[in-house]
Amino acid sequence: MAEPLLRAEQLTRRFGALAAVNDVSLAFEEGRVHAVIGPNGAGKSTFLNLLSGELRASSGRVLFRGLDVTTARPDELSRLGIGRSYQTANLFPDLRCGDCVWLAAQSRLPSSMRFFRPAERYAGVAERTARALDRCGISARRTAIAGQLSYGEQRQLEIAMMLATEPAVLLLDEPLAGLGHDEALRVVDLLRGVSQGRTVILVEHDMEAVFSISDTVTVLLDGRVLETGSPEQIRKSARVRDAYLGEEVA
Amino acid sequence: MSLSLFALQLINGVEYGLLLFLVASGLTLVFGVLGVLNFAHGSFYMLGAYLAWWISARTGNLWLAILIGLPAMVLIGLLLERLAIARLYGRDHLSQVLLTYGLVLLFNELQRAVFGNDVHGVPTPKSLSFTIHLGEAQTWPAWRAFTALSCIALAAGMRQLILKTRFGMRVRAGASNAEMVEALGIDVRRLFSVVFSAGTALAGLAGMLAAPLTTVYPGMGESILILSFVVVVIGGIGSIKGAFLGALLVGIADTFGKVLLPGFASAIVYAVMAAVLLWRPRGLLGPAFEGR
Amino acid sequence: MIGRRALLLSGALALGAVAFTGDRFWLQFLGKAMIGCILAMSLDLLVGFTGLVSLAHSAFFGLAAYALAGLTNQLGLVTPLLTLPLCLLAAAAAALIIGWLSLRATGVYFIMVTLAFTQMLFYLFNDSPALGGSDGLYVSQRPVDSRLAAYLVIWVALIAVYVLLSRIFRAPYGRALEGIRANEQRMRSLGYPTRRYKLVAFVIAGALAGLAGYLDATLYGFVNPAQLGWKQSGLILVTVLLGGKGTLYGPALGALLLAFIEHYGERVTEHWNALVAVLVIAVVLVLPRGLSGLLQGSARG
Repeated sequence: MAEPLLRAEQLTRRFGALAAVNDVSLAFEEGRVHAVIGPNGAGKSTFLNLLSGELRASSGRVLFRGLDVTTARPDELSRLGIGRSYQTANLFPDLRCGDCVWLAAQSRLPSSMRFFRPAERYAGVAERTARALDRCGISARRTAIAGQLSYGEQRQLEIAMMLATEPAVLLLDEPLAGLGHDEALRVVDLLRGVSQGRTVILVEHDMEAVFSISDTVTVLLDGRVLETGSPEQIRKSARVRDAYLGEEVA
Repeated sequence: MSLSLFALQLINGVEYGLLLFLVASGLTLVFGVLGVLNFAHGSFYMLGAYLAWWISARTGNLWLAILIGLPAMVLIGLLLERLAIARLYGRDHLSQVLLTYGLVLLFNELQRAVFGNDVHGVPTPKSLSFTIHLGEAQTWPAWRAFTALSCIALAAGMRQLILKTRFGMRVRAGASNAEMVEALGIDVRRLFSVVFSAGTALAGLAGMLAAPLTTVYPGMGESILILSFVVVVIGGIGSIKGAFLGALLVGIADTFGKVLLPGFASAIVYAVMAAVLLWRPRGLLGPAFEGR
Repeated sequence: MIGRRALLLSGALALGAVAFTGDRFWLQFLGKAMIGCILAMSLDLLVGFTGLVSLAHSAFFGLAAYALAGLTNQLGLVTPLLTLPLCLLAAAAAALIIGWLSLRATGVYFIMVTLAFTQMLFYLFNDSPALGGSDGLYVSQRPVDSRLAAYLVIWVALIAVYVLLSRIFRAPYGRALEGIRANEQRMRSLGYPTRRYKLVAFVIAGALAGLAGYLDATLYGFVNPAQLGWKQSGLILVTVLLGGKGTLYGPALGALLLAFIEHYGERVTEHWNALVAVLVIAVVLVLPRGLSGLLQGSARG
């Protein structure tokens, strides 16, 4: 068994007296899709924020390729290869779609402190941008203003921006939140394609989607790990069913 | 420095800090609750001082001037909030800075047109024109004592109001999340009007109290405005307690600075601010909320 | 787009042509106005491109001007080959220090901190008799002594600054600044160390403000503390707003407009400041995109 690409060791985050994430230890295998689910307030988003560096851990460690990245800043983690998409649209609302993805692609240059050549001349960036837009099916909306896209299109843009940074790990924070049935199906398809051969950590409420694309599922409850297993195991688990207390588990 | 000189300067510093607190508290409240950066705040201080002079020169009574001047300041605050400040809610920083900057220019010109460029002295009221004797060599002018005590009383009153009353709760809630407050059915517009007028009145009152001490002159609002900003940065936006501590710190630093290093007096205060920011980038007591 | 470029080009040529008239008043007046354009464009780098509202800009202007006075009066250095780089360096160094400290704060705190620093520098020059006090200092010998030559130097500088900033705007760095303005937190999560980028912008803008200060001291042969201070910085912000932030040519136009208002306003009434005030208030409330809003189109076309 290979060393896991990303690992959380006894990760804890407290807000005052409340431990939103409590002593969570999880290993994320390279090339697998690992979903993190749980009822509202279980600590899923907090956990993701700890992995992406946007929140500081109160205790515990995060290891990436064996490297201790617990105190790394979000920009450092991004450059190491940890990419993230957001639950609520976190775009550049008054920039064009294509420019949003461009900025994401441009971040992979060794440095953007380039002052004299026009940005468009950086062929590598242009390629990455075109690829990401294409992959997510929004090439046609390249010149539209990001803030004016439909909700579903904004989700696609979110994912395109993440892809353009060519991350080794994808942290997906409720990518299907608020989507209508058809739109959700489209995004699930996109995610399935995008997940091939990549390491994905998926936080989601939509159980159908979770079970259809995940290799492993972890259930969080009140900040702790309740159970980890294959989608089948989790689906059958009585403990998990109790935890959801009447919420439908597909 | 002898002990008595030290004590004297300390008292001076605290007095200055207390006046500064009156002005800065208005600024930090307006910013904390309304989300508006108001450069014209110093103009209210100046306006208060000019009103105090103008009315007391004509009636011979500074108490009367304050009695009339305070409601006048509240009214001016109300009008200004409705007419101009309300347009700034939710707008970008550049707009806020420039609109209130425009107001400063306008007030300065109006002041010059109406009151002229002269410097005016304001006599202290006869009832408080004595000096208090503390110890062998120290004297404390009664007006200064009155001013300091008034500021302390107001600070205590503000604390009670904000911590212990329903209105205060709304102010604190508004400072952290105006949208939520509105969603809860509280009349945010009225809250904003009240807070803004209160801020205006506080600054104006500070001007009235200071008038006999500093004389009344054009541009007097400016230095106190900048220092108020320093106080708010040090104390944290939206925090009255921070404004109190920050104002005392600035008042004392400024006073001692003028005595110990006359050439660099003004720079001392900014050096203190830089030091505080290096240590705590969000002010000593942090902001009441994030992201404004 | 073509129409606007032609307009700017002909404007630039017209400004250059004025040199041939040799008219003393116009050389001085437009020379000063063009310096204002440089100041405005350099501030647009911060305000319009990056979204940083800085009140420290006049401090770097004044610092470079005083540096020139110091170099000439105390060290006898006059040649632009030495004095220009040294003054720019002084402004850039100050911008590095003040920028590093100020950028530890965000949002409104940042604005207030830049305000405080600019005041500190104002008092430093105003209160020190050694530095000329409130009366200011004469520059004993100007690096360029003919008014015509100074005008042409300013004209060339104006065009050079415009070209430089346009280049930066279109380069990856400019894009990054735009992203920071649009959503800084997202830029960080995309891998950009945003504070560093903001600091670099602050230093470039400060150095260019220093250039304007150097040219101003050269044109007038005189420096005084009133050129620093937050009210002066406020006026530069006004020009950015008047012309339209983020467009680069807009703030330059705004600076020209303000120069004309200042000059002719003084003739009409002694309270012309009130005119400026009303104009500013009106623009904020009614025309937030300034003149560029009237001329239509975004900078990226």
